[in-house]
Amino acid sequence: MIDLNTTWFALIGLLITGYAILDGFDLGVGVLHLFARGNTERRINLNAVGPVWDGNEVWLLTAGGALFAAFPPVYATVFSGFYIALMLVLAALIFRAVSLEFRGKIESPGWQRLWDWSFGLGSLLPSILFGVAVGNILRGVPIDANGLYAGSFAGLLNPYSILMGVLSLMMFVMHGALYMTLKTDGELRSRMSRWASGAWVAFIVVYLLVTLYTIFEAPHLMEDIFTKPLLWVFLLTLLVSAAYLPMALKAQCFFRAFLSSSVSIVSAIGIAAISMYPSIVPSSIDPTYSLTAYNASSTPRTLMTMLVIALIGMPIVILYTSYIYRVFKGKTVITEERY
Amino acid sequence: MDLDPVLLARLQFALTIGFHFIFPPLSIGLAWLLVIVEGLGWRRDDDTYLRMGKFFGKLLALTFVVGVATGIVMEFQFGTNWAEYSKFVGDIFGAPLAAEGIFAFFLESAFLGLYLFGRNRVSRGIHWFSILMVAVGSTISAFWILVANSWQQTPAGYIIQNGRAELLSFSDAVFNPSTMIRFYHTVDAALITGAFAMAGVAAYLLLKNRENLVARKALRLSLIFGLVVSLLELFPFGHEHAIQVAQTQPEKLAAFEGLIEGQTNAPMVLFGIPSDNPPELTATIAVPGALSWLAHGNTEAYVKGLNDFPPNETPPFFLTFVSFHSMVGLGMYFIGTMLLGVLLLYRKRLWDQRLYLKLLVFSIPLPIIACQLGWIATEVGRQPWVVYRVLKTADAASITVTAGEILFSLILFGLIYLFLGALYVFLFVREVKHGPEPEVTTEVVA
Repeated sequence: MIDLNTTWFALIGLLITGYAILDGFDLGVGVLHLFARGNTERRINLNAVGPVWDGNEVWLLTAGGALFAAFPPVYATVFSGFYIALMLVLAALIFRAVSLEFRGKIESPGWQRLWDWSFGLGSLLPSILFGVAVGNILRGVPIDANGLYAGSFAGLLNPYSILMGVLSLMMFVMHGALYMTLKTDGELRSRMSRWASGAWVAFIVVYLLVTLYTIFEAPHLMEDIFTKPLLWVFLLTLLVSAAYLPMALKAQCFFRAFLSSSVSIVSAIGIAAISMYPSIVPSSIDPTYSLTAYNASSTPRTLMTMLVIALIGMPIVILYTSYIYRVFKGKTVITEERY
Repeated sequence: MDLDPVLLARLQFALTIGFHFIFPPLSIGLAWLLVIVEGLGWRRDDDTYLRMGKFFGKLLALTFVVGVATGIVMEFQFGTNWAEYSKFVGDIFGAPLAAEGIFAFFLESAFLGLYLFGRNRVSRGIHWFSILMVAVGSTISAFWILVANSWQQTPAGYIIQNGRAELLSFSDAVFNPSTMIRFYHTVDAALITGAFAMAGVAAYLLLKNRENLVARKALRLSLIFGLVVSLLELFPFGHEHAIQVAQTQPEKLAAFEGLIEGQTNAPMVLFGIPSDNPPELTATIAVPGALSWLAHGNTEAYVKGLNDFPPNETPPFFLTFVSFHSMVGLGMYFIGTMLLGVLLLYRKRLWDQRLYLKLLVFSIPLPIIACQLGWIATEVGRQPWVVYRVLKTADAASITVTAGEILFSLILFGLIYLFLGALYVFLFVREVKHGPEPEVTTEVVA
């Protein structure tokens, strides 16, 4: 039975997934930007994500707003609990956002290198910290009887969560490199293709490690996996898409490789979300203190109102976003572009 | 060292919102002006307007991106700094924020990319449509954030039960008594901000070269536009907003207007020197009865003063009074400046009035300052409540966040914003000095 609370659990998951597959690739491009060779290549990177990165980031903002509306105690507890970590992510995202616009304004190598670093590090830090955040939530957060966070910043940096940070970094690098194969040609494209293969191997290895680690670190996630058929569906799509990805890459079917990577990301997030459900923030102090889709939700009236808003708004968003992606389809040519 | 976490949380929030709020009004104003400019360029096939569009489009892009970058913080700050508030009002307050994302952020961001990068990729009609959607999107954004903020000022459509505010009627909460008038007032302020930015930039270009055609047409457009929107801000928007505050938040009105003792035939203070503890106003110049007339349409009516309310439930007087009166003063200055410009334009003497053109250049930041003052007046005037007569600010802060952590983020963002602000001004000035593209002389190929 799908009730309103479950629907909103799924919709927040969908917004986060939309963020991961869209901003995921431009975060990945940002990380790869640190390794770019020469100014032309850097400009190609920036112009490849230039027209779309801002719209992509809105998925994160909307996920934040929707979490506030649907599950206020989760929004309040997690963001005040992860205070310092979140402030660092926000600072990084600020630098990342202005880098693209500022860099091209002055034709000086020193100035441009400054903003190259700012764009690169501003992408690297969130790419890792998003994974660290997910890792902490999966293994459980010290939530006390009053629903308050009882941990510290240092406590967030545990080995399991750091490994999860590596996983999200690899995932975004793979995704970003695949996006760039769609936007480039010749030597640069083959290099991006090699980056994608390398990141794919790392992604698979780290994913297996994380899964093994989870058995020991977060056994609560494994408890009722046999009563959740959707989890197995996502596992299947993850296996198929991850296995197909290198084949598509080898056959130079870059768009299919990018789609595979997108499906892998959707599946990986789906598996994580379903194994937690109905918990949103499991408590590591006592499972009964956990914040769930039921004890931490807004009223049915608010959830229903929000559902109507989402059902009216999101199809329109998807419509014009797809249109704009079609306008900018194809290789990035830097002669006439902005950055 | 004993630091008050609530005070620090307020300072940090004021810094991050205040800095962010420099950019959206300018973006909204410039976007609507560009809708006109690009529309004229497209329909009349006028090269001057097209060059104007490209030039001001660059300034919009720069402004917009700093607004976006600093706006990311906003979406999460209620949770980080005001966790208790977020839990208490989330059932009502979260929805407008989510709606802002769905209906506004996607629209403005997606179409800004198309506008800036798509000039040679889509038809001219679609290109014009893209700037229209940027303007519409940023205005919808203003609507939803004002819905959220107005609900804090004049909460409606809710009931307190289960230890929190729960939604009773979404439409009552959205269209609470102050939403619409505050929306008109704020968006019109954004239009004034855009008009002064365009006028000041055009004036600068004319001071360098009085024949610059882009600058002449931009100045003409922004002065006429600016006069209309400046007048609208006085009447009806400013006037109606004051009446709404008088009816729904009398202690805020008293602080705005410097009415310490409640009285019939209450005066409207034009000038005065305020002080706190206890609230006092000296050296006043006032119009007798005018406040009674404004608030109740009758010069004899009784208007409540600050002393009619419990002292722990009135806003800080000095800050509220000063920011409100400075804002009003600036509003009058805007009308005067724009009126003068339009007169000079009408009498065909505008292009040589170097002093007036210089005045316009130096006036660029003034509407931004007026926006900040208005925001300070309305938010400080709401204190000590975070939700008027429902929840006090002191009870709204995060319990688990320490003073040290807030101090860390206050310093972190203080430094980042100082750096960003300096860079923004530097790049804006640079872009303006660079000027619009020169006119293309058409060569006839035989």
